[in-house]
This record gives sequence, C-alpha cells and structure tokens, in this order.
Amino acid sequence: MQWGSVSEFVAMGGYGLYVWTSFGVTAFGMLWEVFALRRRHALALSRTYESRYDQCEKS
Amino acid sequence: MMGLARINWFKYSSPQAFYPLAGRLMPWCAATAILLIGMGLYLGFFVAPTDFQQGQSYRIIFVHVPAAWMSMFLYVIMAIWAGLGLGLNARPSFMMAQAIAPTGALFTFLALVTGAMWGKPTWGAWWVWDARLTSELILLFLYGGVMLLRTSIDDSRRADRAGAVFALVGVVNVPIIYFSVRWWNTLHQGASVSMTAAPKMAATMLTAMLVMTLGFWMYSLAVILARMRCVILEREEQASWGTHPSHQDALEVH
Repeated sequence: MQWGSVSEFVAMGGYGLYVWTSFGVTAFGMLWEVFALRRRHALALSRTYESRYDQCEKS
Repeated sequence: MMGLARINWFKYSSPQAFYPLAGRLMPWCAATAILLIGMGLYLGFFVAPTDFQQGQSYRIIFVHVPAAWMSMFLYVIMAIWAGLGLGLNARPSFMMAQAIAPTGALFTFLALVTGAMWGKPTWGAWWVWDARLTSELILLFLYGGVMLLRTSIDDSRRADRAGAVFALVGVVNVPIIYFSVRWWNTLHQGASVSMTAAPKMAATMLTAMLVMTLGFWMYSLAVILARMRCVILEREEQASWGTHPSHQDALEVH
C-alpha cells in the first residue's frame, strides 16, 4: 500500500479531482439506473394490477 | 428433432416462465456484483502499485476500461438477440435486445466521461477527434438510435423489427472501436491487454481491472434481468390496451 494518510489517499498524487470524478460519476450512473428500474418496475406492476382489476370488474 | 428443440426453446423463453426466473436470479447477480466491485476497488486502490509514467491518474483505468469493454460487449449481445429475433420471429429475443440497450448506453456514456477525466491530465485535453474516441461516441449514438427508434414507432412489432435492423447494421462499429488504436495513428494508447501478447501491465493492476470487469458483468446481468421484468409487464399491459372496454374508457378520459 502506498498511502501514508487519508489526505494523501484523497489527493491521489494531485489527480484527486480526475480520479474521484471518474469513480463518482460511474457510481452515480449505476445507482441511478438501479433506482430508475425500481421505480419503473413498481409503476409497471401497479398498472398491470389495475388493468387486471378492470378486467375482473367488467366480466 | 428440430420440432422438439423448438418447442423447448419457446417454452423456456416464454415471458411467463422467464419473469419469476429473472426475479430469482437477480439478487444473486446483484450480490456477486457488489462483492466483485468491492474487491476490485480494494485491489485497485490499495494493492495495485503507482504507475511509473502516469502516477495516480492511471487508477481511472479501473472504471474506464471495464465500462468501455461492457459498452462493446453489450452492443454485440444486443445485436445477437436482435438478429435472433429477426431470424426466429421471436418476441422474447426482441425484448432481450430492448432490455440491454439502456445499460449499454450507460456504459458507453461512462467510458466517454471517465475517458475525458483521464485525457485532461494525460493529454491536456478533455476530448480529441481521435479514431478511438470518435468511434466510441458513434456507439453512444447507435444505442440512442436503437432506443429512439423503438419509442418513435407505436406498433410494437414494427418497433422491434426496425430497432433490430438498426442494431445489426450498427454492429460494424464494434470492431472499428476495438481495432481503431491499431488501424489509425491515435492519441489513445494501445491495448494494455490483448489475446495474443502478454499484458503490458503489472499483475496486480491487471487483476484489479479484470475483477472490476467481472463485477460490471454481474451488475449488467442483474440490471438487464430487472429491465426484462419491466418490459414483460409493460408489454403485457400494452397487449391488453384497446382490446378491453375498460381501456377504451380510459383512453377517452386521458
């Protein structure tokens, strides 16, 4: 391991901004996709339930 | 024999059978992804040494290369499903292609952004019109085209076919991206890992990169299964639209 302290780790040898932005954007993008899919699934599920309920009601 | 194989294929690929199966597989893929990405980050930040040329900025490789690889892998897999869909006239294949596209687009976007973050300190520019970068940007447009084409056509059968043809035509771009660093004199560095030669990087760096790539694979699998479940529900609902009187009422209300 090459890090003497936490601040050294954060600084990334002067490239901190570039390194952490890269990892941050990637983490944000992947987490955003997970949450967007959860929302989409909940919405799709509620809609199919509604349509099934409608069909039961009419028949 | 042919008939038998066909029946089995369609039985296991039916949306009704696939939906619960995907639901059961998803948590395992997600857990494996978290484990592998955690391991990859540990190896990448605490085990892999400093690069003698690029210092610490090279650590961007641990997200940049896996994202770029996934962007290409996923396009090829999407094109294969699209081709199967066209060849067998199978709706589940088109649905797989539909489920893959947004994740591929995300990884393409991430490869471009992390590339810019690496380009600035290394080349002094966020972006250059180099063959590798340009062909990766075209990949993003291809994913965008496949997705837009689908949403712009109302009839789902026609949308499936149009999207699939577009995806198949675009697949020629993938070898162009891959070989761009060899075919043209690019600013982008050559491949660090190739099928034919020994890797040009320290073993721990390579391990970290491969573990991250495996993690991204498992993540993609989990997310694509999740999207497949959404697509199945949405299409089921769409199929009942208009055929039932209650939906006719709803159409008039909205």
